Amino acid sequence: MRLPNIARRWLAAIALLMLLLHLSPAHAGKTLDQIRQRAQLVCGVSTGVIGFSSADSQGRWNGLDVDVCRAIAAAVLNDPNKVKYVPLNAQQRFTALQSGEVDLLSRNTTWTLTRDASLGLHFTAVTYYDGQGFLVPKRLKLTSAKQLKNAEICVQSGTTTEKNLSDWFKAQGIKVKPVVFEKFEASIKAFFSGRCQAYTTDASALAFIRSKEAPKPDDYVVLPELISKEPLGPVVRRGDDEWFAIVKWVIFALIEAEEYGITQANLEQMKASPDPAIQRLLGGAEDTGKLLGLERDWAARAVKAVGNYGEMFQRNVGSASPLKLPRGLNALWNKGGLMYAPPVR
Amino acid sequence: MQGRRQRELGIQALLAAALLAVLWWLLDVTAANMAERGIRSGFDFLTEPAGFAIGESLLPFDSADSTLLALAAGLANTLRVALPAILISTLLGTLIGLGRLSTNLLLRGLCTAYVETLRNVPLLLQLLAWYFVVTDLLPLASEALQLTPHVFLSKSGLSLPWFGGDGSLIDLPLRGDMGIVGGAALTPEFLALLLGLSLYTAAYVAETVRAGIQSVPRGQSDAALALGLTRAQLFRLVLLPQALRSIIPPLTNQHLSLTKNASLAVAIGYPDLVSVANTTLNQTGRAAECIALIMAVYLILSLLTAWLSAWLERRSGRWAERS
Repeated sequence: MRLPNIARRWLAAIALLMLLLHLSPAHAGKTLDQIRQRAQLVCGVSTGVIGFSSADSQGRWNGLDVDVCRAIAAAVLNDPNKVKYVPLNAQQRFTALQSGEVDLLSRNTTWTLTRDASLGLHFTAVTYYDGQGFLVPKRLKLTSAKQLKNAEICVQSGTTTEKNLSDWFKAQGIKVKPVVFEKFEASIKAFFSGRCQAYTTDASALAFIRSKEAPKPDDYVVLPELISKEPLGPVVRRGDDEWFAIVKWVIFALIEAEEYGITQANLEQMKASPDPAIQRLLGGAEDTGKLLGLERDWAARAVKAVGNYGEMFQRNVGSASPLKLPRGLNALWNKGGLMYAPPVR
Repeated sequence: MQGRRQRELGIQALLAAALLAVLWWLLDVTAANMAERGIRSGFDFLTEPAGFAIGESLLPFDSADSTLLALAAGLANTLRVALPAILISTLLGTLIGLGRLSTNLLLRGLCTAYVETLRNVPLLLQLLAWYFVVTDLLPLASEALQLTPHVFLSKSGLSLPWFGGDGSLIDLPLRGDMGIVGGAALTPEFLALLLGLSLYTAAYVAETVRAGIQSVPRGQSDAALALGLTRAQLFRLVLLPQALRSIIPPLTNQHLSLTKNASLAVAIGYPDLVSVANTTLNQTGRAAECIALIMAVYLILSLLTAWLSAWLERRSGRWAERS
């Protein structure tokens, strides 16, 4: 459902007011108890980013961020479908989490110091290592972002993007002019109509914009530079350490499952594996669930619902998806990437 | 008599105190809740460097400047589009309003069609339509159309010579690798917003003007014509002074709406106050503070406009008495 702008501002204002007036349910009890009581996880997602969180024509949500919600619902409620998705725009997202409207924000959100230290939130773990890049028309014959002197650059507001843009070009001593749009659709329409000489956003989205939104994808090229680090991951409210630990460790379990080669398909056979690490992860040996306040087979349930991290990646953004993004930084640590989970033991 | 008056004053003072107490309580609870949840609050971020650039700005602005300056640049951009739009919409609206009263059937029909079309299509759609028509029609920045020496028209806007920034007296726009370099540019975002706001508000102004003139009793026109006044004299000496008194208050409302509607700028990429405040809100996470700031600024703008209008009204009253 897409509400008109004014209505969404009002909703944001009302959410804020709820926070101010202490009417929110955030203090009613521990997050886990509440989720169990209502038998539903409330997950804040984006208003539509293909591959990460977007609703299909039947209104079913899917994507990498959505799979994180499903995995947590499976671990906590034993049913990946017991999730209510709340689409939030960039302005609303933190307020919605602060006010207790959502249990978890799983919405391609960059982990930064300001956000971690001043918003009353905790970033849990990184589910996607992204970076900001540039899409340019081929006719400009550019090979590097350093050639964008005096260029006008179309950008969508409400993200870390504007600041990165300004920082990077300042460091290079190059002047550029941002043209900032509130809506994704307007920003790419302006770019493809030739209003700007470049479009900038996270590299994960550039590939999709080029292949799906460009009138002729071959007329556009993504420049090689990535000008920022964008570690994206789920966020929880401060003040509930148990819930913070659950979200963090479900994600670690998904990464660990990939490392041990446990997949959605071979999960049942793996349960009989003699490897103690696999036994521990899947609940065959000691009961790690008890420590988190979950059932013994919490990790197995998560893997059964969405597969391991690698499977999630391939299905949503990787080779089995329309985005066809390479694993790159998001490969496992022992395969040249940065995905590294502390040991589940 | 005096006892009653004192009682009334007492009640009013009590009410005012109660209102203030409620406001204070709200602020106090908010601050306490935010502190309890580890949410930083306060306006200290205003003096920190903004960290983001603003595409076009009347005030010279750099990303190393403070957030306060960024918001000021945003406000200047709001006024830069609102003030000319108020002027254009008032002039155009007056002409169309008079056109709707014309005895010429074609003129009257055209003016009515204008009012009905523009008034009944949401402004946001009109702005987007203008913007994408403007950007689609104009040539690419690298193939800018040269209107006269040093005046270029392209998707980057209308580039004009302007006062030099760094030492030189005049800054001339020139062709560069990325399009036009130098000079001052009226961007497509600015032009579309100016056009959209002016045309939309003109439709309402036209109705206000028409209603104001029609509010003068018909007998007055008949009497003036019977006295031998020409139609121009009738309009200038009889209709306008009386009509103005009923036109100015609703006209002020239109000007207020126009200024507030300018916040739709963010949809078409014009960096107005709301656009800059939105970015600030996202960079700092200070939602309550940024929204309060926007509200305060619009409140002040509106009160100023209302005050100006009251002053105009008093003057027009005096003018009516004199003539």
